[in-house]
Amino acid sequence: MIEVQDLTKAYGAVTAVDHVSFTVNKGEILGFLGPNGAGKTTTMRILTGYMPATSGTAKIAGFDVFGDSMEVRRHIGYLPETPPVYPDMAVEDYLDFVARIKNVPAEKRAARVTEAMRKTNLEDRGAELIKRLSRGYKQRVGIAQALVHDPDVIILDEPTVGLDPKQIIEVRNLIKGLAGDHTIILSTHILPEVSMTCDRVVIINKGKIAAVDTPQNLTSQLKGGQKIRVEVQAPEKALRDALAQVPGTTRLEAEQLPAGGHLVAIVETAQGADIRSAIAAKIVQNGWPLFELRGVSLSLEEIFLELTTDDAAHAQASSN
Amino acid sequence: MRNLYAIYRKEMRHYFVSPIAYVCIGFFLLVSAYFFNFFLSAVIQQSFQMEMQSMQFGMPPQFDVPGQVMRAFLGLLSTLILFITPFLTMGVFAEERKRGTMELLMTSPISEIQIVLGKFLASLSLFALMLLPTASYVIYMYLHSDPIPPWRVLLAGYAGILLLGGSLLALGTFISSLTENQLIAAVLTFVAFLFLWVLDLGHTSEGGLGSVLQYLSASRHYDDFARGIIDTSGLIYYLSFMVLFVFLTVRSIDSMRWRRA
Ligand SMILES: Nc1ncnc2c1ncn2[C@@H]1O[C@H](COP(=O)(O)OP(=O)(O)OP(=O)(O)O)[C@@H](O)[C@H]1O
Ligand SMILES: [Mg+2]
Repeated sequence: MIEVQDLTKAYGAVTAVDHVSFTVNKGEILGFLGPNGAGKTTTMRILTGYMPATSGTAKIAGFDVFGDSMEVRRHIGYLPETPPVYPDMAVEDYLDFVARIKNVPAEKRAARVTEAMRKTNLEDRGAELIKRLSRGYKQRVGIAQALVHDPDVIILDEPTVGLDPKQIIEVRNLIKGLAGDHTIILSTHILPEVSMTCDRVVIINKGKIAAVDTPQNLTSQLKGGQKIRVEVQAPEKALRDALAQVPGTTRLEAEQLPAGGHLVAIVETAQGADIRSAIAAKIVQNGWPLFELRGVSLSLEEIFLELTTDDAAHAQASSN
Repeated sequence: MRNLYAIYRKEMRHYFVSPIAYVCIGFFLLVSAYFFNFFLSAVIQQSFQMEMQSMQFGMPPQFDVPGQVMRAFLGLLSTLILFITPFLTMGVFAEERKRGTMELLMTSPISEIQIVLGKFLASLSLFALMLLPTASYVIYMYLHSDPIPPWRVLLAGYAGILLLGGSLLALGTFISSLTENQLIAAVLTFVAFLFLWVLDLGHTSEGGLGSVLQYLSASRHYDDFARGIIDTSGLIYYLSFMVLFVFLTVRSIDSMRWRRA
């Protein structure tokens, strides 16, 4: 349904998107995961015909996004990074306007608007002026706008930004419900979001694709390394020496907590090895009071570091 | 066509929920009513004096009160719209760009020309709505004149002001597409209008350049209409002016796609 081939976008000297290729099958949900400035928004803007690529091609439903832009625009619904709403319009009037410019036939318009409001839980806000809505509600209007004409392809740039936790779950369920009939691309920097909603994930960083995989494969890869946080009352030097002796330790950081004078050490281990009991034993052996000992999951930033800067770790992880 | 109407409809609604339209129309009607009254009494007074003089010298009274008032009034209207139209067009594209709604329009199955025409026609309609009440002053005067002056003068005058207004709105729309800042759009539009106005000063200079400048001046052609003459060269001037700036606006928002690069 969507084919992207060697897509590149340069803003002057900055290459925002660098030879990106991927495909999305019909009915699939593809997650676009990346940190700030990765090039997610840029890629989506090219796909929707908002701006041209510097080189490379992209096709939606068989139509070139640049050469056949009008045809492509007929097939897509798009939620930009900022919801494209008119503050002085009421929600229902706004959705009616969008339905009109998306060529929804007059006799279907009212039903489509109602349906879009129902899906985004806006039924009781139809008459409200958009400028009076909270940020989360504006975001919902933005999503409703992308659905109102029932497009084949839905492109959502950070759809859950600004929503409360309950809403996030609802929007995720909404998106999952749309899959099948619709092909969806969504962008996010939240890792759980992709694992919960997407069939496949493209990880993009600094304009380059770092990985394309299913969320399951990706998370198992990323479990590769592990970190353990230890809070203990001990002299720093002695603690460092003691922990360094624990087999399996690959890296060690220690830091004095301001209050209480406890020491916090972060121990990194190679994948697979569970050295928590060994660490505990070592501390007890030294007679230091232990306050906390727990595994720390890697944050997205760390995953990116792992995927992009540490090539060795990456190679190891993907050979797994 | 349906898309064009959708844009037109949205723009018209937008005008009537924003205070700008009301402030502009209110200001325009107030000032124009005041001056109409002022011109009317001044001209009538003048005509009395003339009549007395002509009786002293035993010549038949020849003084066209409605024609004089009409000319002065149309002159005033043209000056007023110089100040008002920049406010009607300043937000037309600047606001869409700033709010990010341009991204919706540009990724919808609707062409640039539909967007621009929808917006331009909406601003022209609002302008016509603003103008309409002032015609009632003139009609009132006509109906109380003896003999009733030719209606052609009224029609030509209002055709002239609509054409002039349309040209200014097209130019203002274009300028609004160049910036995200409404205030900058309004100021630039006003400066451009003044420039078009003073081109007429070329009138005094000699030779070909002078007459070219005179032709390009927006106010020059307006004078003909205000005197009740529907002049083809003026008609062509204003219509091509509008077409040119509508076209330039289309090019401008089209090139925005590229300028983002
Ligand atoms: N109009 C522009 N002109 C110049 N550079 C730009 C422009 N838009 C984006 N960039 C640059 O392109 C890169 C990618 O930006 P993009 O907005 O696509 O990132 P993103 O993945 O959407 O980030 P975020 O998560 O913050 O939304 C960034 O380095 C950004 O500074
Ligand atoms: Mg972005």
